Amino acid sequence: MKHEWPLWEIFIRGQHGMSHRHVGSLHAPDAEMAIKNARDVYTRRNEGVSIWVVEAVNVSASSPEDKGAFYEPSNSKVYRHPTFFDIPDEVGSM
Amino acid sequence: MYAQMVKTAGSGVKDRDEMSEQEQDFQDRIDRGEKIEPKDWMPDNYRITLIRQIGQHAHSEVVGQLPEGNWITRAPTLERKAILLAKVQDEAGHGLYLYGAAETLGVSRDEITEDLLAGRMKYSSIFNYPTLNWADMGAVGWLVDGAAIINQVALQRTSYGPYARAMVRICKEESFHARQGYHIMMKMASGTPEQKAMAQDALNRLWYPVLMMFGPSDKESVHTAQSMAWKIKMDTNDELRQKFVDQTVQQIEYLGLELPDPNIKWNDETKQYDYSDPDWTEFFDVIKGNGPCNVDRMAARNKAWDDGKWVRDGLMAHAEKKAAAKVAAQ
Repeated sequence: MKHEWPLWEIFIRGQHGMSHRHVGSLHAPDAEMAIKNARDVYTRRNEGVSIWVVEAVNVSASSPEDKGAFYEPSNSKVYRHPTFFDIPDEVGSM
Repeated sequence: MYAQMVKTAGSGVKDRDEMSEQEQDFQDRIDRGEKIEPKDWMPDNYRITLIRQIGQHAHSEVVGQLPEGNWITRAPTLERKAILLAKVQDEAGHGLYLYGAAETLGVSRDEITEDLLAGRMKYSSIFNYPTLNWADMGAVGWLVDGAAIINQVALQRTSYGPYARAMVRICKEESFHARQGYHIMMKMASGTPEQKAMAQDALNRLWYPVLMMFGPSDKESVHTAQSMAWKIKMDTNDELRQKFVDQTVQQIEYLGLELPDPNIKWNDETKQYDYSDPDWTEFFDVIKGNGPCNVDRMAARNKAWDDGKWVRDGLMAHAEKKAAAKVAAQ
């Protein structure tokens, strides 16, 4: 029988209130084993307090080819950044 | 290094006018310091070379567990045993991060594992040397992991994103390895005359095999130029080896041990240490499979893979059965 364990993407949330963050991947037969393996592989030094596992085939990703056009709309809207507006010092902190 | 003599695919560095427009854009991205990510376009030879390099690096981490695993049951104290166990477990993790990075290039984990088991891929020459006694656990952690750190710190800046990220993680863990090794050496070098002699013997035996980890001299290293242009090799073999010698001499002196090479001398002109080259005939012989432990290492890996087959198959069958039952219940 030739049957490789599926690949899982691993996300870990650390102790300091940050969101889950992608840390890497591993192979496991099912979600339960993926979580146990992720504990052994990615939290050996107290890196996390919560683990998400997602089978890699279920991840949809944006395509690198349309990088330009896809993100262009945000490039042309500099007024979305607070530094766009000059506020006089006399106004105080804002 | 953990990846030695990786054959760079292609026929060497292309002049800009020989490159296609896509290849030019790719090289420009690398020159600007951008990271290449898995779904980005990349030349086939970049992909092939990286699979070889990351794969060999991963195999080294995994095979590297064997010489140290050899001493877990015979560690002198419970604390040393727990530390060594943690260190060897880290090596398994390092192998896994690297296999993960290789898989993003379109090769499966089982494929490259089988390439190793069939002898089509290599691992670092250093792991074909035996660990004869407890002092070797000190010398291996200190020198082998110390040499690995020098190479891996540079590779944190490599052009391929998943490889660079794996290196960042590995480097963080690796300094624990080097320090625990040096700590063993400090203990032995300040122990009884017999213990000090064991520490000296381990240093003498492992010194040249460790220098060989960086690969052949630049004069003979044919793969360097293209890999450096692609930023998958950051420094030449001789540069890294020199760096290692320069930082290690002081550490040997602190231990009060003799230098393992009478030709190690500070050179006031070059501002670095002169040292003797290792015996490169021995290196090429070990790479060819004739080192003291090549046969044992491959036999151990093959046995582990074959003996583990029923576990891999059994867990998969169980997972499929459970998934089918869940579907049936819905």
